[in-house]
Amino acid sequence: MKVRFLAAGDRALVVEFGERIDRALSAEVLRLHASLRSSGLAGVVETVPTFRSLMVHYDPLVTTGTALEQAIASLLSREPGTRNTGTLWRVPVCYDGEFAPDLAEVGRLTGLSPGEVVALHSATRYHVYMLGFLPGFPYMGDLPARLALPRRADPRVRVPTGSIAIATTLTAIYPYESPGGWHLIGATPIRLFDPERAQPALFTPGDAVQYESVDPAAFASIKTAVDNGSYQIASEPIAG
Amino acid sequence: MTAALKVLAPGLHTTVQDLGRSGYQAIGVPVSGALDGFSLRLANALVGNPFGRAALEVLLSGPTLEVAADTVRVALAGAGASLAIGAERPRVLGAGQSVTLPCGEVFQIVPGEQSACCYLGAEGGIAVPLVLGSTSTYVRAAIGGIEGRALRRGDVVPLGVACASARAELRLPSLPPAAGEHPIRVVLGPQQEYFTAEAVAALLGSEFRVSPNADRMGMRLDGPPLRHRHGWDIVSDAIATGAIQVPGSGQPILLLADHQTTGGYPKIATVVSADLPVVGRRRPGDRLRFVGVTVETAEALCRDAERQLAELVTALDPVTERQRIDLGSLYGDNLISGVVTGLE
Repeated sequence: MKVRFLAAGDRALVVEFGERIDRALSAEVLRLHASLRSSGLAGVVETVPTFRSLMVHYDPLVTTGTALEQAIASLLSREPGTRNTGTLWRVPVCYDGEFAPDLAEVGRLTGLSPGEVVALHSATRYHVYMLGFLPGFPYMGDLPARLALPRRADPRVRVPTGSIAIATTLTAIYPYESPGGWHLIGATPIRLFDPERAQPALFTPGDAVQYESVDPAAFASIKTAVDNGSYQIASEPIAG
Repeated sequence: MTAALKVLAPGLHTTVQDLGRSGYQAIGVPVSGALDGFSLRLANALVGNPFGRAALEVLLSGPTLEVAADTVRVALAGAGASLAIGAERPRVLGAGQSVTLPCGEVFQIVPGEQSACCYLGAEGGIAVPLVLGSTSTYVRAAIGGIEGRALRRGDVVPLGVACASARAELRLPSLPPAAGEHPIRVVLGPQQEYFTAEAVAALLGSEFRVSPNADRMGMRLDGPPLRHRHGWDIVSDAIATGAIQVPGSGQPILLLADHQTTGGYPKIATVVSADLPVVGRRRPGDRLRFVGVTVETAEALCRDAERQLAELVTALDPVTERQRIDLGSLYGDNLISGVVTGLE
């Protein structure tokens, strides 16, 4: 695969695999992310995978951009090693009433009934491309084509924690209350980010997510279990 | 008694910071840390700490604190900043020198006119728990520092040691040059090809001003609009600190310590790491010019800056008895008793 190396100052190097949101590009990005993590190249501080590129943060007191480019080019020229593996997470979502403030509008904009929107959204298994925007915020895709909409013209100042959102070809979950411009079609009581956990972010790039529709009563009881620490989200290993 | 500093008045935005939280950007956690890492390290060196200890970062207006420890040794770093020590008829001690204060002493941190930020180092450091390997406060996700937020009146800022060690105070032999008028050095990219040749020329040939719209995430710059060649939407990619991103308005945003880890606007250039402390000191209304350098030059500048800091720290002078008396005549009698208290 042909890559481009782009300098981002003297502490970061971008390895760009392409310019689209694409599962094959994502697989390449995540493969290099994993291989740099295990190779322990001197001077590499951390690597950040995105849809179509990997940012390699480095310490210029230990290495240089040029040296890293050569080392990475040589890593990429080798046969791909182990396949990406990940976890499939089954995320409970309530798509009802107050939990889904934009569901009716999404129905209107897509020409679907709210029930059809929910059925389409929850019937798809999503790939976690990357985390960004906020700690633990997952960018997941791809949405069924019929649900693809631009972001809201009028972003909200406050999107509640746990909101399930869609925009463009993607779906996401807000780990914190924050401003946001995506369409809110549901909510989950699970906690996506907790700095006290051994793995602070629930999802890792390369994981898969399946939404499972629950009613408000089930939402409330899961929320209670989450709050008292007794909730265990359903998950299983997957091969990438 | 737990050794602490009591917050009598919080200042505009006073937070606990260290050199940042690396290793978690892949899960969306910004690096945070001091806007001016150079001054944070100096403040720590002046009180005898390792460079990366937790200190207080003060933005634009300073807090008033009361010593709730047997004694505490503190030092301020930041161009033009000073400590006003004592509740009544305060005496002024400039940045760049440590001082030991007795229990009950009240002092205010007064940032200088030349810098947006200054740092209060305390011997033993500010004793807050590590969150994801760092004490740095990241307010948006309420991580680090004191409950993940800026200081409030009534807060108790815990200190790492209960009293100052018995040794001479340290001071900088000469103050490091203030903000500096040299242009800020940038490496073009990673997305300079999204911009017109005129936009790149305007970035490197025009004067910009820091707009009032500036915080720890970034500063918007007023100046000529930087036009995109085709569109301003890119498929989100990762962001390095110092990146100059340009949204559709053409008004650049220089991204600082608390910037998001990823974003969807093209980045025309990235400030070299050696100049990040200089940028972090700029206040709303300050002027900025940019000049392009290669990555190799930027890496060399980083090594130079590191060497300069090491030389500065090696050259820290113990404050002699004679200097203390001289200072006393400058700052008033109270200071002498303050300094002597910690030494004997």
